[in-house]
Amino acid sequence: MKIHEYQAKEILRKYGVATPRGFPCFSVDEAAQAAAKLGGRMWVVKAQIHAGGRGKGGGVKLARSLEELKRHAGEILGMQLKTHQTGPEGQKVRRLLIEEGADIRKELYLGMVVDRGSQRVVLMASSEGGMDIEEVAAKSPEKIHRVTIDPAKGLAEGDAEGIARKIGVPEKGVTQARDFLKALYRAFDETDASLAEINPLIVTGDERVLALDAKMNFDDNALFRHPEIVAMRDLDEEDPAEVEASKFDLSYISLDGNIGCLVNGAGLAMATMDIIKLYGGSPANFLDVGGGASTEKVTEAFKIMLKNPKLSAILVNIFGGIMKCDVIAEGVVTAAREVHLKVPLVVRLEGTNVELGKKILAESGLPIISASNMADAAQKVVAATRGN
Amino acid sequence: MSILINKNTRVMTQGITGKTGQFHTKMGKEYANGARCYVAGVTPKKGGQSFEGIPIFETVREAREKTGATVSVIYVPPPFAAAAIDEAVEAGLDLVICITEGIPVRDMIRTRYKMQGARTLLVGPNCPGVITPDEIKIGIMPGHIHKKGPVGVVSRSGTLTYEAVGQLMEVGLGQSTCVGIGGDPVNGLKHVDVLKMFNDDPQTEAVIMVGEIGGTNEEEAARWIEANMKKPVVGFIAGVTAPPGKRMGHAGAIISGGKGTAAEKLEVMEACGIKTTRNPAEMGKLLKSMLK
Repeated sequence: MKIHEYQAKEILRKYGVATPRGFPCFSVDEAAQAAAKLGGRMWVVKAQIHAGGRGKGGGVKLARSLEELKRHAGEILGMQLKTHQTGPEGQKVRRLLIEEGADIRKELYLGMVVDRGSQRVVLMASSEGGMDIEEVAAKSPEKIHRVTIDPAKGLAEGDAEGIARKIGVPEKGVTQARDFLKALYRAFDETDASLAEINPLIVTGDERVLALDAKMNFDDNALFRHPEIVAMRDLDEEDPAEVEASKFDLSYISLDGNIGCLVNGAGLAMATMDIIKLYGGSPANFLDVGGGASTEKVTEAFKIMLKNPKLSAILVNIFGGIMKCDVIAEGVVTAAREVHLKVPLVVRLEGTNVELGKKILAESGLPIISASNMADAAQKVVAATRGN
Repeated sequence: MSILINKNTRVMTQGITGKTGQFHTKMGKEYANGARCYVAGVTPKKGGQSFEGIPIFETVREAREKTGATVSVIYVPPPFAAAAIDEAVEAGLDLVICITEGIPVRDMIRTRYKMQGARTLLVGPNCPGVITPDEIKIGIMPGHIHKKGPVGVVSRSGTLTYEAVGQLMEVGLGQSTCVGIGGDPVNGLKHVDVLKMFNDDPQTEAVIMVGEIGGTNEEEAARWIEANMKKPVVGFIAGVTAPPGKRMGHAGAIISGGKGTAAEKLEVMEACGIKTTRNPAEMGKLLKSMLK
């Protein structure tokens, strides 16, 4: 799960991570009030969307007067902010973060992720702040420093100080940076984060480090023990089809194509998308109905796929194991009737009770195109989208 | 021969009183030698009861001592599943197969940390389990689609493994052992660990390795294969069309920071001499062609 920058900073502050002062705002008036509360003569107006690259897209502006602040807030609120992560249509800005201006001497980078190789949390740090870390990794990998964190002991003081020095924190600031890093790890660990990124981490004029930006993602598997984080979910930032699907415990992801896929199992669902592409088609979605797909789940899955105006055919690919093919076939027939399916439907069934399942499809009277294997199914559904 | 489990394996079910645990214990018991293999169940506070004639114990240690079971399969719900693995490891079992999907990564990091130096092997979590056809089935895979034979299968995915098995059966090839290593980012055995076992197993003549986007598991396996594997390996990677930054069903199936793409994995695998296919319907045929 993703959250906004201002929410990440709220969490980090609780753990003692130094951040600029700031307030989230939903209107120009609120922005002006926030600036008044903050005081000073310089503020930053920051668009709050879940995608990165906001600055380059015009979603982060410096204001040196209240008038300027209001103007920027008015322009940014409601804009379609386009960044390299939003796609060409951009993302509508509905929230702002108004922050006090910071005295930036240096921009550094910090990231924390779960490293699969070592099966530990890894802290990554670099002197190259403000840039995409992937870019730094590609151009100058020697500038990225890593510390693998012992889960029983946490981030060691020596490691924290060492990495702070390596990325160019001035000697006077090393102790504060060490505490910052230790607090960041505690926040990461205790909230079940899957990613924390401070980019840039700045060194201020008085040689302190400060999280100028903050991004946190969380492990979906652990949300059951973090109601306070679930409460931060912003559905406006998520794909409506994906939100709808999650209500029915369906794993759904929207793609650009026109062929809807309904599959059991994540690996098989990906393979189904791949084989559609291989035969010249384009998948409209990833959809895993899971192990226990009921008629209700299949019906909801059809409804979600059919909301996509681009959809021109559906491929159902089921390898029935514990889930029997006849049960799935009943579900598909019921669902197709209930939604008055207008697009061609290709069904490939394999596994337990497959003959019974095929019989149910054939006798349904619905124009279902039956396929004998994955390749056949993919070829038939691609042909169906071309009207033959 | 086979790897990991065979007809002489004695297994206990952790979480035997839950609906899933009961269903799959029953299915496992009914498969091949299952009635002799499934000897114990574990559920705290339910010790002394029994399920389908299988005695239930309070702890893994007790189940092991009383029945001689050295393998466990876990169907415990996600919030408690990592602790169930810990208990099995502390009891010194040989092998733990964790089916549970949805265990927090933080819990698995700690469990794997505690497992350092322990003798216990872990398969999963978030996996279909392990089957040695016509001998024993431990997990949620449909038993009847398999038969004994020369091909080893190792995969991160459930139904895609069944797909591979189905294709093998279509070309008349049975399996030595099929291992679902699971779709989580922090887990037990990796492709490479299972490949090493297949390499040493006299029954296994060739291997299908099924991977997916995310991590570098498949690349590491490919490099090991190039240097050590004596048997042909066929590879498929799911997710060529997966968009970056999205979790594709499995917690571990995500392209992050431009890393872990299917194209990248296939490239390394091919460079290491593994026969790969981009067509998931061709895994069986490709393997068959290599056995001639």
